[in-house]
Amino acid sequence: MFGEGILRGLAETARNFLGSYVSKNRLTTVQYPEERLPQIEAYRNFPFLVYDGEDWQQGLRCVSCFICEKECPPKCIFIEKSTDKKPDAVGKPQFYPKVFNIDVSVCMSCQICVEVCPFDAIKMDTDYELSTTNRFSALLWDKQHLAKSNEHYHKIHPTEAAAVDAQLAAERAKVAAKAKASADAKAAADAKTASAAPATPPVPAASEK
Amino acid sequence: MGPQHPSTHGVFRMDVVLDGERVMKLKPVFGYLHRNHEKIAEHETYLGSMPYTDRLDYICSLTNNWAYALAVEKLAGIQVPERAEYIRVITAELTRFLNHGALIGFLTQDMGASGTPLMYAFRERETILDLFESLTGARMMCNYMRFGGCRVDLPAGWLDQARKFVATLPRFLDEFERLLASNEILMARTQGVGVLSKEFAINAGVTGPILRASGVNYDLRKVDKYGIYDRFAFKIPMGEHGDTYDRYMMRLLEMRESVKILNQALKDIPEGPIIDPKTKIRGFKPKPGEAYGRIESPKGELGFYLVSDGTANPYRYRVRSCCMMNLTVLEQLCIGHNVADVVVILGSIDIVMGEVDR
Repeated sequence: MFGEGILRGLAETARNFLGSYVSKNRLTTVQYPEERLPQIEAYRNFPFLVYDGEDWQQGLRCVSCFICEKECPPKCIFIEKSTDKKPDAVGKPQFYPKVFNIDVSVCMSCQICVEVCPFDAIKMDTDYELSTTNRFSALLWDKQHLAKSNEHYHKIHPTEAAAVDAQLAAERAKVAAKAKASADAKAAADAKTASAAPATPPVPAASEK
Repeated sequence: MGPQHPSTHGVFRMDVVLDGERVMKLKPVFGYLHRNHEKIAEHETYLGSMPYTDRLDYICSLTNNWAYALAVEKLAGIQVPERAEYIRVITAELTRFLNHGALIGFLTQDMGASGTPLMYAFRERETILDLFESLTGARMMCNYMRFGGCRVDLPAGWLDQARKFVATLPRFLDEFERLLASNEILMARTQGVGVLSKEFAINAGVTGPILRASGVNYDLRKVDKYGIYDRFAFKIPMGEHGDTYDRYMMRLLEMRESVKILNQALKDIPEGPIIDPKTKIRGFKPKPGEAYGRIESPKGELGFYLVSDGTANPYRYRVRSCCMMNLTVLEQLCIGHNVADVVVILGSIDIVMGEVDR
């Protein structure tokens, strides 16, 4: 009979329509601004700069090595290096970025900057409600806008952040051990020169403390 | 027709000469979405082109990633670990599933079935995109494959989630088929419309489901056996008539075969590393030479041709785009049919303008 196939298709539609009253699987729409789906942990949107501790300027992990600027496929990162140094996340004195800008209207969220960063300084944020009325300066994010705390990173990507923290702690321990070893060696060498020349007062260890 | 026509799947113009309602001549006009992809890639590092490949065929970004990664792996002679191969097969087959589902939805949309099949297909697509998001971090622009493997390992519980989802797919396919397959309007609009003969399809370089709908047994998964496709048992569905209805049925049958592959791959996936530890992320410089990597993307043969001169950027980077090649036969398919059929034929060819114009 002509029209049988159409009726069969409509029966399928009717089954879905009536089924949507009883089965949650058939009712898939989410009323967005009121209802929200839980965020998926791996989700990424735009990059941000991680800082440790309280002060965002002191704790910034970025050492302005220009790797992300060079590797960024659409070239949306702009960095200017500082002239002085400050201690970085593992305690070595390093340069820091005087200017760090990301043009998010150019950024394509590919997260290659995150992959190439050897200092775990740049990570991907998950904030997505970012519309502005100004498409020029409001979309050029500066250092202050980009800096977000390590706690924020832990909140959005807990698994990844824990791994990064463990790695940084290991590196910090290594740097501290190395500093201690060199200090010990220096102290021993001082003690040796002190014992070799008894004229000088033999108290280098005490002065070190 | 076009470039701002809702049925043209992007910005695409056709210069059509008509005699009444009948198409006498048709000239496709490309280039409205040209983004200079190949030239940009010559100035990027090898890794830097990976996110751009997502944007070729933006419905199936993971298969594009795979084709490019395969070309670079051939160029540099990198081996891919077992687990990464399995992850690639799983993600590629999920991509094929969502592409074919979306295609059938859009095809019926072009015929005037305003929305219902498309919404059913998108309901499943949504779940697949959620799986992609929890694996790669993005729903469409995944940027997931790397030279010598994949970027991150599967998160905890991903495999169970995927297995549970794949188990529901046959039921969805039955529903999808019941919804449309015997529909008289669909048959009247598609059977005998836009017949592509076997010889012409081969001569024109058409690949993918369209070629198989014309009755040519050519699937790179069987011909090349790239990756680990020789380990899975699956069939290549083939059409007889080469008309729009065959092209539509081909997609439905391929989705069923994809589910078979997914079931086997999700069962056998081993533990192990996901990336070759020797590959470098930064300072990747393959030795001088050339390579052509191709895969069976959901739309046809997608190939990347690379020439390296030993520096960090490719000397030449060329995309063999399946959509572009398939679109070249449009005139022969449309001549003698009505204007309304042009829309349906274009829909059944399955193009994404992002890949046609690059």
